[in-house]
Amino acid sequence: MRVTVRLFARLREIAGAAELAREVAPGATIGGIWRDLASEFPALQPYERSISSAVNADYARMDTELRDGDEVAFLPPVSGG
Amino acid sequence: MPRLLAIGSEPLNLERLIGAVTERADGPTGSDGAVVTFLGLVRNHNLGRRVLFLEYEAYDPLALKTFDQISAEVDRRWPGVRLALHHRTGRVEVGDASVAIAAASPHRADAYAACRYTIERVKQIAPVWKREFFDGGDVWIEGATADPADDTARLHAERTACA
Repeated sequence: MRVTVRLFARLREIAGAAELAREVAPGATIGGIWRDLASEFPALQPYERSISSAVNADYARMDTELRDGDEVAFLPPVSGG
Repeated sequence: MPRLLAIGSEPLNLERLIGAVTERADGPTGSDGAVVTFLGLVRNHNLGRRVLFLEYEAYDPLALKTFDQISAEVDRRWPGVRLALHHRTGRVEVGDASVAIAAASPHRADAYAACRYTIERVKQIAPVWKREFFDGGDVWIEGATADPADDTARLHAERTACA
């Protein structure tokens, strides 16, 4: 199945893209996608413990299972205001 | 009517937020005794650096849902308060506002508390990031790991608001 990965701020810069398309196996989780990304872009690894994640623009835990067409987002620590 | 919750690149206008929380289509609600407002401004210095400007990035649809959550939390904690919250994205110059909040209430204590609570919660859970351009470089500012379900953080914001 196919998912879209959205990356923001410093994560976006590390990966060099705001949006990535990924083919993943059924049953794939947000955490699985993150581990694949962190292998592909090792500079993401220090963010492992500080990121938040979302699916289809709702905050979601890393063990959330994905469905075909989902939009997954990884968010570094926030700094609004 | 102006929107209560918004995120986008347009400059912020506090009058619009005040209007959004104190007026209905046919005029003032008449029930408010106080409006407390907050403007967050871009400061010309940070950690000893001379700041030139900031650039804000956001995950807009999630930011709006987060603003909805904050508004619902305010409604539960301070029933009767009407809240408006607008955040800017893109480049914001020194001296300009990056965030604006207005809270209207029959009594001032609730309006003060709701306003303070809202900015604390924005900083905790809104998916917004600032990149600081300073004399000599630029850096992404990274604050809190956003967890909207973290009740400890929420209670901390509530204590700060009621201190």
